[in-house]
Amino acid sequence: MIKQSSLLPEQAVFRQVVPAGDYFIKTIAAGETVRILDLEGNQAADTLFYNAADPAERYSAMDTIREQGNVYLTTGSRLRSNEGRVMLEIVADTCGRHDTLGGACATESNTVRYALEKKCMHACRDSWMLAVAEHEEFGLSKRDITHNINFFMNVPVTKDGGLTFADGISAPGKYVELKAAMDVIVLISNCPQLNNPCNGYNPTPIEVLVWN
Amino acid sequence: MSEAGTLLYEDELAGACHWSLRMRRGTLLRVIDKEGGANVGMLFYNPENLLEQYNAPDTLKCQHTFKLTTGHCLYSDMGRIFCSIVADSVGWHETVCGNTTRAIVRNKWGEKTYQDYRNDWQKNGYDSFLVELAKYGLGKQDMAANLNLFSRIEVNEAGDLGYIEGNSKAGDYIDLRFEMDTLVILHTCPHPLNPATEYPRKPIQYQIRQAAPVAADDYCRNACAENQRGFKNNEIYHLGARP
Repeated sequence: MIKQSSLLPEQAVFRQVVPAGDYFIKTIAAGETVRILDLEGNQAADTLFYNAADPAERYSAMDTIREQGNVYLTTGSRLRSNEGRVMLEIVADTCGRHDTLGGACATESNTVRYALEKKCMHACRDSWMLAVAEHEEFGLSKRDITHNINFFMNVPVTKDGGLTFADGISAPGKYVELKAAMDVIVLISNCPQLNNPCNGYNPTPIEVLVWN
Repeated sequence: MSEAGTLLYEDELAGACHWSLRMRRGTLLRVIDKEGGANVGMLFYNPENLLEQYNAPDTLKCQHTFKLTTGHCLYSDMGRIFCSIVADSVGWHETVCGNTTRAIVRNKWGEKTYQDYRNDWQKNGYDSFLVELAKYGLGKQDMAANLNLFSRIEVNEAGDLGYIEGNSKAGDYIDLRFEMDTLVILHTCPHPLNPATEYPRKPIQYQIRQAAPVAADDYCRNACAENQRGFKNNEIYHLGARP
C-alpha cells in the first residue's frame, strides 16, 4: 500500500549516501525511523536486520511471510525475527511492493544464473562479507548472512507456481520507511548486479536517513 | 520410477518426529507419504563445510519457480546442487513458510506436553530442527528457510498465501537424487498453515536407494541452462578445484 511519510529530510539526525556496490551497517535504536531512498530509481537495496543485543536473532523472511499471510512487503508489514518477534514495521512506502523471496546475488549463484565466466563480478554477498570482516564489533560472520529483503525489487509469484523478475516498480525519489521495535543492526548491500534488468543494468546510489 | 535403483535401506518415521542422516553422492532418498497429508520439514548442509547450506532463494530464482517438483534442483548458497528431484508424484512442494513453533502449536491445537502425553506429545518443527542441528554443532543461526515436502502453498495476484488441502495422497512420494555428500535434517511436524482442527500426526516411509548414474540427457540437468551450470559447479567441486 502506498503511503507517504510526513518526516522531513532536513530534520533527520543521520543521512548517508551509499554508492552502488557498497555496504551500509549501523545500529538503529528502538523507536527510531529509518528511510531507504532510491535516489535514481530501479535500484535494489539488499537488506538484513539483527537484534543488536543478540545478533543470533535476525530478520526471518519465512516467519514474516507466514505471519502476515502474504509474500510481499509494504506499508503495515511487520518484519519478524526467527524468534517470531516484531523487529521493525514498514510505516511508509511510496513504491508499493518489495521482495523477500529472491535473496541476494552472490558470485557463486551468479555462475548458475548467468555464466561460469562471470564468477568474479562484484556481488551483494561479497559486500556483506567485507562488512562483517571490517566490523568485528557487531559479532557477525557468514553464519549470519541469511535470507534478506530486496527493497525496491518486484518479484511476482504466479498462481501456477512460477517466479518472475518483473520490471522495477521503483523510480527516482521513491522510498520505504521502517520504525524499529527493538535496537537493530541494519546491514545493506546496495546491489552491484550488472546482469539483471531489475536495475536497468546500471546500479545507482541510495540514501539512508534516520529520525529519532 | 526409472531413476530409483536398488533399495539399500528403509525405515519409517512417525508423525511429529525428527531425524538426520548423511546421504552420499549417487544415492537417492525416496520419501513416501504413508497416509496422505504428511509434511516433511527438510534442510541440507555440506558435511565437509557446514557453512554451506540449502538456499531457498537461490533455488527459486535460479529456476524461476515458486513450487518445487520433478526437474528442479535444490541448491546450496555456493552455487552447487545438493540434490535433484528426479521423480515426484505430488507435483508441488513449498519452501517459504518455515515451521510450526511452540506458540503456533499451542494456539492452533493446544499444548500437549511430554509430561502429560509421553511420546505422543505435540512437537513443533522449529524445536525439532534445533535438536537435530545441535547434534552437529549448529544452532538457530544456521536454520535457513526449509523445504516443506508434500505441502502446497499457492499465491494469488495480491500475494496472499493459500494452503491447499489434499495436496498429497497416501502412497505419494518424492525422489531426491544426491549430487554431492549431504547432511539431511528432517522433521515430520505439521505444516504451520495446516488448518486441521486436530494436530496432524502423519507418518512417512523413507528409502535409501542406489541412484542410476546421471546420463548426458538427464532430465534435471537439462531442465534449464541454470541447472547445466549448477551441475558443472558440482563437477568442478568434485575435481577438488574449489573448496
